Amino acid sequence: MKIFIYPTNSLILSDLVARFGHEPLAIMQEISKKIKTGGLDSPPLNITPEDPKFGLKYAAVEVPSGVRGRMSLFDPLLTQAGAAIIVRDPVISFGCMGCARTNELVNFLIRAKKIPMLELDYPVSEEDAREFVFRISEFLKSLKPAEEKE
Amino acid sequence: MNSTENLVRIAQLSCGAEYSGIQKEIDSAAKQVNAVIVYPEVDIKEIENIEEEFGLKVASADLKLMMSRAKSIVTGKVHVDAVFVATCFRCAEAAIVRSEVRRYIHEKTGIPVISYSFTERTTAGTLLTRMEALTTTARRKSLLARETQSGLTAGIDSGSTTTKAVVMKDNKIIGKGWVPTIKVLESADEAYNAALKEAGVKREDIQALGTTGYGRFLIGEHFKADLIQEEITVNSKGAVYLADKQKGPATVLDIGGMDNKAISVMDGIPGMFTMGGICAGASGRFLEMTAKRLGVEITELGALALKGSHKKVVMNSYCIVFGIQSLVNSLSAGSKPEDVAAAACHSVAEQLFEQQLQEIDVKEPVIMCGGTSLIEGLPRAVEELLKVKVIVPENAQLIGAVGAALLASGFIRG
Repeated sequence: MKIFIYPTNSLILSDLVARFGHEPLAIMQEISKKIKTGGLDSPPLNITPEDPKFGLKYAAVEVPSGVRGRMSLFDPLLTQAGAAIIVRDPVISFGCMGCARTNELVNFLIRAKKIPMLELDYPVSEEDAREFVFRISEFLKSLKPAEEKE
Repeated sequence: MNSTENLVRIAQLSCGAEYSGIQKEIDSAAKQVNAVIVYPEVDIKEIENIEEEFGLKVASADLKLMMSRAKSIVTGKVHVDAVFVATCFRCAEAAIVRSEVRRYIHEKTGIPVISYSFTERTTAGTLLTRMEALTTTARRKSLLARETQSGLTAGIDSGSTTTKAVVMKDNKIIGKGWVPTIKVLESADEAYNAALKEAGVKREDIQALGTTGYGRFLIGEHFKADLIQEEITVNSKGAVYLADKQKGPATVLDIGGMDNKAISVMDGIPGMFTMGGICAGASGRFLEMTAKRLGVEITELGALALKGSHKKVVMNSYCIVFGIQSLVNSLSAGSKPEDVAAAACHSVAEQLFEQQLQEIDVKEPVIMCGGTSLIEGLPRAVEELLKVKVIVPENAQLIGAVGAALLASGFIRG
């Protein structure tokens, strides 16, 4: 199953999802597509002024262009998500997209999809961390693996 | 701009620029002024601790990164010549951080810093004058420190509405020209010839020429100018020179035909500045249209405004279209022309106050210059809003040309 993760660039979450036979929907793959497709017209991310306009699908023009540009990257992830794991209040090193408004909007949209979802707090102790990994693994085990979906 | 000039390292502290698709535009504007954009490196621990150290709590991690980068500049961990602070237009959290980061760097280091709020429509052209002013301030400190004009020099200010020219000799203006800008080169020729004629000198006698304003590159190349410089630094110089306030702090306000400039100056050198105006409703263009609608010359509008009261007319020129609409409505409702003129001046001053003066430190003396400063109602409206005395120096409309002639004298050889 395609699992949306938040923070969307969390390597740890991405790895956990993959270990349990699912496909993580991480922002890295969208950025990678941008950078590897065609010429690098607008470095560093190859996002052009057209991308924030695409973001109008999610947010009106009075919403800052940086939010809309980020939303254009999130669009395929939001569209494909069959389930989601959201980690609340993570530290920056766990994963981060930089903009709090974008994060709020992405979290809202993924919740609004009414798909299987696990929301949990970022662990602050070793014991919490074990529980954190355990809960994620149980959630992932409860979902149909990616290959069985086809 | 001269590609042989020293490379200037500009630190970019921003949030959202790469996601708005405008990083290329920022890089391009920097390249055109022979500058390179750098990103101060910071440790992740510093980002985690920055809110407490900086004293500002924010939700967005990129804004924490901005504050951390500012700290690494202030503490000297990274060496840069200038700083460009930019965040998304319409982001309230970012606007607070942008303003505080700029103030923090300016106060702690004296490194020239500018800030900008962008949309996906921001282009290199929009950023160019700002980048040019930033690099000029970083690069030409000794030239900008010049306080007197020497020899026989001239300056031409090719503005969006009018073209001004002056000829100066031994620290005195000896010739002036002021014409509407129609065709950039022809108008510059006309203004320059008028100044030369009044001065009683020939073009070949001029020892050095400086150009500024929107048409500076075109006319600079045409006249083979010694100095081609943007209007932020040139106008600052011209303003403090004409007002005789060269030492210490000053605030220079220039409401132009197309945009406004608010510059916080120290010893004649710009520190913080803003340039813009969301709409022409905040510029001299709106006053020009008001004068036309009232059936008076633009030169008469100011005196008319002084006879009226802005309180009797509701006017908001946040947008020039709505501004004209409220102007027409108020006249239809029987408002007196003098009250409408006063309201138009107040509205323009209000836009300047709300959109730009909030972003710089307004320190006295406040010097208003440019052609609009001669519309008496406007400096009065600014005085009322700021509650400070506003100085309009003699020849205030010529500041750009005077600043250019003054700075050009630094190029006289021998």
